[in-house]
Amino acid sequence: MAPAVELQGITKRFPGVVANRDVTFSVQRGTVHAIVGENGAGKSTLMKILYGVIRADEGTVKVDGQPLALHSPSDAIDAGIGMVFQHFMLADNLTVLENVVLGAEKRHGIADRARAEIERISADYGLNVHADDLVADLGVGIRQRVEILKVLYRGAKILILDEPTAVLVPQEVDELFDNLRELKSEGLTVIFISHKLDEVLSVADSITVIRRGTTVATVDPKSVTSRQLAELMVGSELPSASTDASTVTDRPLLAITGLTLAGAGVRDVLHDITLTIHAGEVLGVAGVEGNGQAELVEAIMGMREPTAGRILLADQDISDWHTREIREAGVGYIPEDRHRHALLLDAPLWENTMLGHQTESPNVKGIWVDAAGAKAGAERILAEYDVRTPSIYVTANSLSGGNQQKLIIGREMSYTPRVLVAAHPTRGVDVGAQAAIWDHIRRARREGLAVLLISADLDELIGLSDTIRVILRGQLSDEFDPDVVTAQDLGAAMTGADQREPGTVADDPGTRHTKAGHGTQGEEEGQ
Amino acid sequence: MKATLDLRRVGLALVAPVLAILVAFVVTSTVLLLAGDPVVEVWTQLLTAPRPRLVVAIINGASVYYLSAIAVAIGFRMNLFNIGVDGQYRIAAFAAAVFAGQGWLPGPLNIIVSLLIAVVVGAAWAGIAGWLKVTRGVSEVISTIMLNAIATGLVSFLLFRVADSTAGSNVTNTKTIPTSSQVPGFALVPGTPNKVYGFVLLAALVGIAYWVILNKTRFGYDLRATGRSETAAVASGVNVKRMVLTAMLLSGAAAGLVGMPLLFGQDYSYGTTFQPGLGFAGIAIALLGRNHPVGIAFGALLWSYLEQQSNGLQITVGVSSELVFIIQGVIVLAVVIAYEVVRRAGLRMEQRKVARQLSDQPGSPTPEGVTV
Repeated sequence: MAPAVELQGITKRFPGVVANRDVTFSVQRGTVHAIVGENGAGKSTLMKILYGVIRADEGTVKVDGQPLALHSPSDAIDAGIGMVFQHFMLADNLTVLENVVLGAEKRHGIADRARAEIERISADYGLNVHADDLVADLGVGIRQRVEILKVLYRGAKILILDEPTAVLVPQEVDELFDNLRELKSEGLTVIFISHKLDEVLSVADSITVIRRGTTVATVDPKSVTSRQLAELMVGSELPSASTDASTVTDRPLLAITGLTLAGAGVRDVLHDITLTIHAGEVLGVAGVEGNGQAELVEAIMGMREPTAGRILLADQDISDWHTREIREAGVGYIPEDRHRHALLLDAPLWENTMLGHQTESPNVKGIWVDAAGAKAGAERILAEYDVRTPSIYVTANSLSGGNQQKLIIGREMSYTPRVLVAAHPTRGVDVGAQAAIWDHIRRARREGLAVLLISADLDELIGLSDTIRVILRGQLSDEFDPDVVTAQDLGAAMTGADQREPGTVADDPGTRHTKAGHGTQGEEEGQ
Repeated sequence: MKATLDLRRVGLALVAPVLAILVAFVVTSTVLLLAGDPVVEVWTQLLTAPRPRLVVAIINGASVYYLSAIAVAIGFRMNLFNIGVDGQYRIAAFAAAVFAGQGWLPGPLNIIVSLLIAVVVGAAWAGIAGWLKVTRGVSEVISTIMLNAIATGLVSFLLFRVADSTAGSNVTNTKTIPTSSQVPGFALVPGTPNKVYGFVLLAALVGIAYWVILNKTRFGYDLRATGRSETAAVASGVNVKRMVLTAMLLSGAAAGLVGMPLLFGQDYSYGTTFQPGLGFAGIAIALLGRNHPVGIAFGALLWSYLEQQSNGLQITVGVSSELVFIIQGVIVLAVVIAYEVVRRAGLRMEQRKVARQLSDQPGSPTPEGVTV
């Protein structure tokens, strides 16, 4: 039988950073096939080619043995290929039914026939989606299933999932994988893009590794370890997130007491947050996105006015300070969304290396911009932090994500900070840059900075933090000890599955349950 | 590295306006053809070298347009769309004219204080829109349009109250400025008694100040950063609300000066015949000149040139001079599109260049040599 999808010699010359070069692999019907590779390796380009968003310069795509010319996503949909994007494309104020039929009104109408079809698909594949739920009321996991259902509704036999687990907590990931196995058993084919190797190993039937735009190997998950897989991905020895001996001092640098931020509704966005970070300490904050992390960071940075509570920098109360004063006082800031908050994409690099420090030496003299000083500073930062660029005059837009992030970290470390607030510092960067960024955070810790590290990558948090706390619905848990806590414990605390007061230090993670909702009272069982 | 890149940038920057002018040429010719008008004659009329008298008129017109476009550009650099330059310059020119006409102060002092009044009134009028945006979130586009209408009405109303009506004339003017406070022109162009406004210098000065403040000061950096990415500016510590208000005030202050060359160099009073529509021309010219002080100068000259040259169309070739509005309109439309196309092309070129230079760098891993 012909493979469900066969790619032969796909080459895409792309003006810019990444191109696909001679990509060749095939996907068997009724399997989950994973495509792994570091960020920027060319996975997304490849999937866009397969989905008809962009066209390959060379090579052929065959579906069920038939060569296809994909000019647009509608060609792909006609050929039975569907794509679930990483960022959900759902209208919050519409119901599941309305979201699903939107743009596919001709298939089964917009009313009862469509509703019946949705319920049928949901039942057949165990998606547990209800046609008349309002999307705004749904959680992340179920929204993703709505996206999958949307694709199935349009008749897809081959599903492409782009980093589907990036937004999920461990328990939701397990549910997703159950769904994928269900799809597979019904004869559908799933192409699963990821760079989380453990997940790939647990769900995929076959794994293709992409490095620098080309396929380097297709392996059987039963015969490789995640470490071997990672080394295929990077082509070199792997770094790991772990810190050396503790450097924590008893000198508090950032102390927050009773920080509350009222929300638009009944519930506070942040409620009675109290935390202390000492010099030389990394405090990690875990949490599902949207539980107040962003607001916590913005409150510290003076971008939001807290309703109550105090923020102390060393012994100065900075609660009422303006962002500029806070930054001048030595709080470095690595925002979560670097394109929106940390860079002027159209501006040259040397103007970017002074952003956020445009009142500090060597960038200004009095009211004047000291262009020579700023450029010299930029040259130094770019060299010291290994930002790969031909010059300081190109725009920030022309750098890869990893280099942009290295620039930001270099910048924030270069103006004698005392506190570093880092939100998702390694999101969307390649493994090489990730290792460098981890090194810089470790160095900051050694140099006696107080680091607030917010991350969705639990391994990163466990590896780098001296203390971990979980944020859930705007409230902070007690402290977890990264030496003994497991990703499952954190996952349970992140979803509120542990109904106890969150935050007991787990001392025996071995007996933890893995399913969401079943981890209740996990701590007791373990003790 | 820098030199070559800059050359390329300059090249890219010039491509767009040239392209836009070409498109305007083609479209206008097509319109003429369809209307059965003499294409060649029209272009001959428009493109023959202007007579000395017209050269002076072109420069004078351009100086006024220049000020207006700078006022608009200040807003543009902040992503603020100050459509209200039209209202701001009218109300400012009116206020300055009323004051200057009284002749309370001697000669040059009268001029200086009048300029200050124009600046303050223009800034205040724009400040209303800025204040509404900052405190109430009202889009400056809406509020400045409304303020234009209010300004027009208010000035007409007040003009009637203070008018220095001459018996036997229905022209309504403020009091004429004393001769000692009139700004003399320069006899720059030989072959005509007409003089170039003395306040051409004012326009040049404002252009230089605009460039220095935006490119060389901390404030200018903050302003440009806010225009490029408001979110990044906030995170970098810019007080965006204050910046919006300041930018609006500055824009209005520049707008206040728009009418000054006319007031002190030609009309010597504000009346019902004071040149209208300068604010809207400023928007088009700022777009054309891409908010760059030199680009705007060329744009202003082009605008003024087209207007002066088209005056003769009706007489010489029997085509309405309104043709020039078609040309101007197409230029603006085409230039907006062309800039975006060129911007994207430039970005692609730069990304390719960066990628190529990086792969040439020794020490960076190459895609080849990959083993499984």
